Amino acid sequence: MHELGVTQEVLDIALNKAREAQASRITKINLVIGEMSGIVDDSVQFYFDFLSQDSIARDARLSFRRVPMQVRCRRCGFSFSPEKLDWSCPKCKEWDAEVTAGKEFYIDSIEVD
Amino acid sequence: MKVKVLQNILDANTQMAQKNQRLLDNHRILALNIMASPGAGKTSLILKTIARLKDKTRIAVIEGDIASTIDADRISDQGVAVVQINTGGGCHLDANMVENALNNLKLNEIDLLFIENVGNLVCPAAFRLGEHKRVVLLSVPEGDDKPIKYPMMFTESEAVVINKTDLMPLLDFDLDAFKRKVIGLNPDVEIFQLSAKTGQGLDPWLSWLEAELKSLRA
Ligand SMILES: Nc1nc2c(ncn2[C@@H]2O[C@H](COP(=O)(O)OP(=O)(O)O)[C@@H](O)[C@H]2O)c(=O)[nH]1
Ligand SMILES: [Mg+2]
Ligand SMILES: [Zn+2]
Repeated sequence: MHELGVTQEVLDIALNKAREAQASRITKINLVIGEMSGIVDDSVQFYFDFLSQDSIARDARLSFRRVPMQVRCRRCGFSFSPEKLDWSCPKCKEWDAEVTAGKEFYIDSIEVD
Repeated sequence: MKVKVLQNILDANTQMAQKNQRLLDNHRILALNIMASPGAGKTSLILKTIARLKDKTRIAVIEGDIASTIDADRISDQGVAVVQINTGGGCHLDANMVENALNNLKLNEIDLLFIENVGNLVCPAAFRLGEHKRVVLLSVPEGDDKPIKYPMMFTESEAVVINKTDLMPLLDFDLDAFKRKVIGLNPDVEIFQLSAKTGQGLDPWLSWLEAELKSLRA
């Protein structure tokens, strides 16, 4: 996976926002990450600590809100969290599922001083 | 103090991709992002398509590769313009790399642009490049469970090509089960089944490309 590049983007966006808010320090970055993204939290924090060393985001903590995958059956409308290799609807047994959650990949907010 | 951000982490890439797409649109170029595992047959399919269409369509290729120029050389032997992007270990192409590649192509001399992504069924799905259509290639030896193991690739694509159908008799690939899973994830997707080696099943794929080219020019 491409955690390094992703982490750089997170840092850039956070620094921009902090500048707009005329903040002197970023203490926390709240991320919302869907299960489908395959991003590994620990490596993002690891790269972040490295990349942010000389910035006002140094020492900031990354908080990950993980969103589990959720799908909705297009046939009967039932919403469910699919099993690993089986996305058929537990209610009507059809395999026709639209992903309704799990693709999230955004910064919700930052906490600054 | 809490400051709301609500910004997608890959926004910068998405914006660059939109810029690429505008550039392609201005030149009326149809761009396809070809995504698959290593060895699924991306280069083979591009080569076969070139062989069949090059008399009536001006084709160019952007080759994404971790290091070598082998694929780019195979394409350029066909007399087609090709730009190689070496990602230097990177697991996917991004819009910035494609912008650089576009700057090295004569856009006025292209109708159809193939972008061969880095061999990987995970990361390329997250990065738009400016393409009009995203095509996932799945070769039958990889197995019919891939849509469920790599759902993003299949939910984010406009076409799925099942390749190496010539090997079908040797394998237990369940074509109906595979299609059911793909359509279940993405009901509007186009599905093609072909062999980039023998050329069998290539016609519907070529017709689709020609129809897309036509509608872009209409
Ligand atoms: N049997 C068979 N082999 C194929 C087919 N398409 C590609 N190959 C072979 O698969 C290998 C990898 O193909 P290539 O096009 O380089 O895959 P790429 O890594 O996705 O670009 C090569 O040895 C090809 O000759 C096919 O339809 N049938
Ligand atoms: Mg190749
Ligand atoms: Zn159902």
